[in-house]
Amino acid sequence: MGWWCEGGAARRALESKMRTDSPRVDSVMAGERAASFTKRSIKSSAKASGLRLALSMVDLTTLEGKDSPEKARSLCGKAMVPDPEDRTLPKVAAVCVYPNLVRECVTALRGSGVKVASVATGFPSGQYPLEVRLEDVRRAVEAGADEIDMVINRGAFLAGRYDEVAEEIRQTKVACGRAHLKVILETGELETLDNVRRASDLAIRAMSEVGVRHEHGADFIKTSTGKVQPAATMPVTLVMLEAIRDWYERTGERVGMKPAGGIRTAKQALHYLVMVKETLGDEWLTPDLFRFGASALCNDILRQLRWMRTGVYASGYDQSES
Amino acid sequence: MSERMTVLKTYKLFIDGKFPRSESGRSMEVRTNAGDVHLCRASRKDLRDAVEAARRAQPGWARATAYLRGQILYRVAEMVEGKRRELAEAIAATGGKSAKAAKGRKTLSPEQEVTLAIDRLVHFAGWADKYAQVLGCNNPVAGPYYNFTVPEPMGVVAALAPDDRPLLGLVSVLAPAVVSGNAVVAVASSTHPIPAAIFAEACATGDVPGGVVNILTGDRSELLPFVASHRDIDGVIAINLSAAEGATLRKGVAENLKRVSIHEGVDLADKNTCEHPWWIEPLVEMKTMWHPASV
Repeated sequence: MGWWCEGGAARRALESKMRTDSPRVDSVMAGERAASFTKRSIKSSAKASGLRLALSMVDLTTLEGKDSPEKARSLCGKAMVPDPEDRTLPKVAAVCVYPNLVRECVTALRGSGVKVASVATGFPSGQYPLEVRLEDVRRAVEAGADEIDMVINRGAFLAGRYDEVAEEIRQTKVACGRAHLKVILETGELETLDNVRRASDLAIRAMSEVGVRHEHGADFIKTSTGKVQPAATMPVTLVMLEAIRDWYERTGERVGMKPAGGIRTAKQALHYLVMVKETLGDEWLTPDLFRFGASALCNDILRQLRWMRTGVYASGYDQSES
Repeated sequence: MSERMTVLKTYKLFIDGKFPRSESGRSMEVRTNAGDVHLCRASRKDLRDAVEAARRAQPGWARATAYLRGQILYRVAEMVEGKRRELAEAIAATGGKSAKAAKGRKTLSPEQEVTLAIDRLVHFAGWADKYAQVLGCNNPVAGPYYNFTVPEPMGVVAALAPDDRPLLGLVSVLAPAVVSGNAVVAVASSTHPIPAAIFAEACATGDVPGGVVNILTGDRSELLPFVASHRDIDGVIAINLSAAEGATLRKGVAENLKRVSIHEGVDLADKNTCEHPWWIEPLVEMKTMWHPASV
């Protein structure tokens, strides 16, 4: 009998508690319910205001190895003035970049109100020692990031080492300091909706244990890195929204939601907004509590808004790449 | 045994290599001598989808070798040959032979129209590796440089088929655009659209990559303003438009200065006027390059 045995027993007890705490998900019904949100007819003025709202919720993202300071600056320009021909449009919520580009973005966005989000913790795999991941976070925060998008340890999660996952989230949250935290579950690697629900509950609880924010936006749970297929899907997002709803009903604490990856069209964005409204209510229809992680989405929203404004279909060269 | 019912064909749109119905769910009625036939009536959103598909497909098609583009166009001709009877019947059924034999023009039987259409496809297939030599040139310059002018595809071209000679008219606007590396969104004859719907099947089985040829059936006058103003269409080719249609088109294209080529008063049966590289010329952009004579 070694010390690890007792520890192991305690851990097993905790983990079996977590397993039973999270409700099971009926994947067929989750799929049906998610699909039902795509059947709403949203036209004219409702569509226009929905699209403007969606635009204000976009985390304009570039996460490529070839990203340069110049590209980051051009992205920041687009974030502040999405369409130079229509200055009435809202700014996007944030730009989302790798830690190396944070300083560039902070300079470019100063005073604009657009937030700088940085992926950290060894994004996208997270397969680095914890100390390296935490240092990654600290440096991004030090460089001026307002928001940190972390990845969970999927290997530990799938192996059932839930406490380890939770502890890493807690430590990352502490390392964030004043910055907001978004926990990426990478649902494409979690295999089942039951796991998605369990990981959501685990992440929300871990963040809450350190202290959930109320002012100036919340901490978030986020579907994906965008580097794994499938990325954000409606059933997965629905399950995560339900976890947020159940936590709110139990504790009164508000957690934000960010689907990311695979949301490319304005129509999809409206479907997600309907889902948020009908799962969590109007209160969550704000960039403080709901974001889209996307790169192509912004242009499609602008294209739709331009069509509604002018009656002319746009061409690819009418908008900058994003 | 009860008598067998004939299985009738449902004519649909051709977008992105697939045969969807109109997203609007609308249809139009076409009178044939075998009874009324319903076809899809494309909406502006179908046009938008077709342009998106064409835009996606165009770079790959422009990169394809001239040899391959010629081969594929020839292959479409082979497929049309196999549908010869069906096409001739469709032309005859909607009174295609009523195509006005105005002012000394030849009257064409439906069979002759199909033959001419096949020949026209083969003719333009042959131009695939030749038009660049005819339209391009090596310019004389006073300096140690070569100076070349080469034609490049415009990009996405809208091809508006005339109402009469429904198959031959469609092929005449489509072939010069496709052979020169453009992706095409064609709007079929509004009054006799059935041959165009059958021709789409020949494209689909003729190895044309999805999205390179898109064919919409519907009301041309309804689609025309959107064809004209759509900023992602780079050029338009049309035959025998009415004065009002021509005016709508010219007004709309000012939106993004797309190139418009309207062939007026064309006798489609005339091989000398219709099978000519000057039909390709308005659908390409000339690029001029300087190159050092020696390095």
